[in-house]
Amino acid sequence: MSLLEVRNLTVQFGPRERPVIAVEGLDLELDAGEVLGLVGESGSGKSVASLALMGLLAPQARVSADVMRYDGRDLQALSARERRALLGREIAMVFQDPHASLDPCFSVGDQLMETLAAHHGGPRAKLREQALDLLRQVEIPDPEARLKAYPHQLSGGMSQRVGIALAIAGNARLLIADEPTTALDVTVQAQIVALLLRLQRERGMGLILISHDLALVSQLAHRVLVLYAGQEMEQGPVPALFEAPRHPYTEALLRALPEHNRGAARLQALPGNVPAADARPAACLFSPRCPHAQARCHAERPALEGPGDARVRCFFPLADAQRHPLGAPA
Amino acid sequence: MPGFLLRRIALLIPSLIGITLLVFALLHLIPGDPVEALSGERGMAPERRAQLMLRFGLDQPLPAQYLRYVGHAVQGDLGNSIATGEPVLREFADRFPATLELSAAAMLFALLVGIPAGVLAALRRNTPMDYGVMGVSLAGYSMPIFWWGLLLILFFSVHLGWTPVSGRIAIEFDPPRVTGLMLVDAWLSGEAGAFRSALSHLVLPAIVLGTIPLAVLARMTRSAMLEVLGEDFIRAARARGLAPWRVVLRHALRNALIPVLTVVGLQIGALLGGAVLTENLFSWPGVGKWLVEAIHRRDYPVVQGGILLCAVLVIATTFVVDLLYGYVNPRIRHAR
Amino acid sequence: MPADNLASSAPKLAPDLAPVSPGTAFWRVFSANRGAVAGLVIAVLLIACALFAPSLAPHSPLEQYRDAVLKPPAWMQGSDPRFLLGTDPVGRDLLSRLIFGARLSLGLGLVSVTLSLAFGVLLGLLAGYARGWGDALVMRIADVLIALPALLLAIAVVAVIGPSLVNTMIAVAIVMLPHYVRLTRATVLQEREREYVLASRIAGAGPLRLMFSVILPNCAAPLIVQATLGFSTAILDAAALGFLGLGAQPPAAEWGAMLAGALEFIETAWWVSSLPGLAIFLTVLAFNLLGDGLRDALDPRLRQ
Repeated sequence: MSLLEVRNLTVQFGPRERPVIAVEGLDLELDAGEVLGLVGESGSGKSVASLALMGLLAPQARVSADVMRYDGRDLQALSARERRALLGREIAMVFQDPHASLDPCFSVGDQLMETLAAHHGGPRAKLREQALDLLRQVEIPDPEARLKAYPHQLSGGMSQRVGIALAIAGNARLLIADEPTTALDVTVQAQIVALLLRLQRERGMGLILISHDLALVSQLAHRVLVLYAGQEMEQGPVPALFEAPRHPYTEALLRALPEHNRGAARLQALPGNVPAADARPAACLFSPRCPHAQARCHAERPALEGPGDARVRCFFPLADAQRHPLGAPA
Repeated sequence: MPGFLLRRIALLIPSLIGITLLVFALLHLIPGDPVEALSGERGMAPERRAQLMLRFGLDQPLPAQYLRYVGHAVQGDLGNSIATGEPVLREFADRFPATLELSAAAMLFALLVGIPAGVLAALRRNTPMDYGVMGVSLAGYSMPIFWWGLLLILFFSVHLGWTPVSGRIAIEFDPPRVTGLMLVDAWLSGEAGAFRSALSHLVLPAIVLGTIPLAVLARMTRSAMLEVLGEDFIRAARARGLAPWRVVLRHALRNALIPVLTVVGLQIGALLGGAVLTENLFSWPGVGKWLVEAIHRRDYPVVQGGILLCAVLVIATTFVVDLLYGYVNPRIRHAR
Repeated sequence: MPADNLASSAPKLAPDLAPVSPGTAFWRVFSANRGAVAGLVIAVLLIACALFAPSLAPHSPLEQYRDAVLKPPAWMQGSDPRFLLGTDPVGRDLLSRLIFGARLSLGLGLVSVTLSLAFGVLLGLLAGYARGWGDALVMRIADVLIALPALLLAIAVVAVIGPSLVNTMIAVAIVMLPHYVRLTRATVLQEREREYVLASRIAGAGPLRLMFSVILPNCAAPLIVQATLGFSTAILDAAALGFLGLGAQPPAAEWGAMLAGALEFIETAWWVSSLPGLAIFLTVLAFNLLGDGLRDALDPRLRQ
């Protein structure tokens, strides 16, 4: 049974006459044990979408969806309190900036035990044991000493491990990782990635991995969803999506990877900008920057075409002949 | 923390020296004859004048006089009041508990009302409650407190008759002085009604004096809370499923109180200035009233000594609050 | 990424495409703030009172009408139609004294702030630009002055130079001085490393020109806001000194002194003390609202 089912998720801000549309018509499915990669550049709406799922957006945000179900339960029908009860226990999140996710005034142990108490309760000694156990699970050396440490005394990688420990403290079944490695050193990134993968497999969690880093996503995800300007542009399984992208935007993202530009004089960057969030044209949102755009693309918006696990939003999806020889990313 | 401590102490010394210089200069900046100013005697015979000059050390060069002044001050000798002949330090010590009691009650009032008001305003941002709190806060620090006190006296004392107009306790009570704090002494005396009388005398002046700190604290707490509530770790705490009250009180407020503590420290200094006005309005026998009377009487030893003592107190309290801030802020606490 | 961090704030709207002059942009933000506009209106009225006091006031503020002592205001029983707001303990018209009090208080505020601003900015510019031991000395003195509570310092100054209207101005100016020194110096330190300053130096501008023509205009906005708010503080401090009897001496119509002078009559003639206090409150409130409005309107971050 699917863990998460979302249809036509839309998130808007600002005045109704001229709304800022952060996410538009997004469909998401995730099964337990599956890893979905959510890929896109800044402003594509990937973080907003995940925050909307958790119900953590500001009250001014207008969230609507035809279907928003977790484990069969309709999230939109839940009261605020019931919704809150899911956080940490069923759905958890790991944030991009590890230090910013920790309260600077309390020690690691305090925050871990507080979270554990909220989810499991029990005497303090037991909570302490559980906290130590969590720290071991996230591979933090010398956990007893770390319990007393304050966030500013921890390195980036260590803080992110603590962040992950806090996220899994409630034994959530769906974990959303929003750019978990972006703020970390390259050497640490690989460790955190491996950690996430291991935890996901051990606990059979559904994992939504949000990132702009295609290489990272290709290592971890089973499926990838490509977002642009709040809309889904393409979705497909790994490695098929990377070997044979069908949407020009996906292809452009792949082409811009440094790995594919070895020997080239310049990186192939994509010209132009994402359209303004409060002035979205009625055309294909990518058409201003698309090298293959035709007249129809500038006039109409394409709908998503294709079976559930391999969709594309394009009037003229790329066929083999048009693609540059790429192969899967190194 | 040790580095922080040392740096703060290092800043303290020049401030104290600066104050003594300022106060010392005060006497010599007064137009007229310093001998007359210090002794209160006018039109003296030359021998008398020479005698007094010697006694006050005014025949020495200025730097020597300054050192003499500081030397005496450190030992507690700040001269004698012209009006009463009593040592200035003793007069100050007699009256200081009254000012202390008033200021402490005022600050307590400001903290107990101001901080929750600021928190509520932040949580209910841009609602009538928020505007209400901010409006009252603006009115609070735009008001001359002697007028505010006047209005309260008019309403509560004159119109309703609930509170007395002046003094610390009703005339019929005279509890023996143990601490100098009327509330405590009245309680200790065991006399029926004494404590209640002391309390009713304290209420209005404390509210008046505490109004401006309250207004400032409400504003600062609100803005500090708003800033903290926008931080990532608050959102992360919510994402972990922590109860809303816990997120707000344990996490947000705790962090917001750090900058608010700085404001509290600044307000302590402002309290002393306000105390001068409040004491004069309510005839509260504290340091402020004593100082102003001395200025009118040209009792310069009192003026000089009183200002020095008040200034030293303010600098000392600010220093303590600074240290507290260093302890409360975990980054500073754990620094080398 | 800012666009994704939307949990606590919505993104701003795209800016208007048509260019707007800074003056219009300023006015737009300022006029949207109703409190600020109210403050401006009241401030203008008060300034008018102060300027045209002799024409506006029905009587002289000093003339004593022995037959009309402690008359209540027009809306109460027993009032005298000659005196709309009643009279004080020696029979002087309260309305006229309030109007002339506006002249006194606003004039006092203006002079104090101007003095303080002029010297403060000068010292701040010199300290910030020149650095070295002169800077350290100025800052240490400023620190000591700021460490003292404002009223205490003002009282100390008045204790030395004696109570009078002029000395009140000087005392209040001294109280505000270190704040302007600090503010200017901080801005100078910030600006002097900027490119436009370095460019001017390369172009050959001397230190004086750099300080006054290049750096100073960029400090203008925070200084204006501080000056407006400082104006209301000056009025409050001056009124406090007047209340303590350390300001303008009788028979001058100073609001604080008027309030203190009639305290003993509070039970029978409440208006004589209350109305001057109300005048102080309204004036300070108006300039505080104005200052807050200016600060919000001049803050570049709020402008699109």
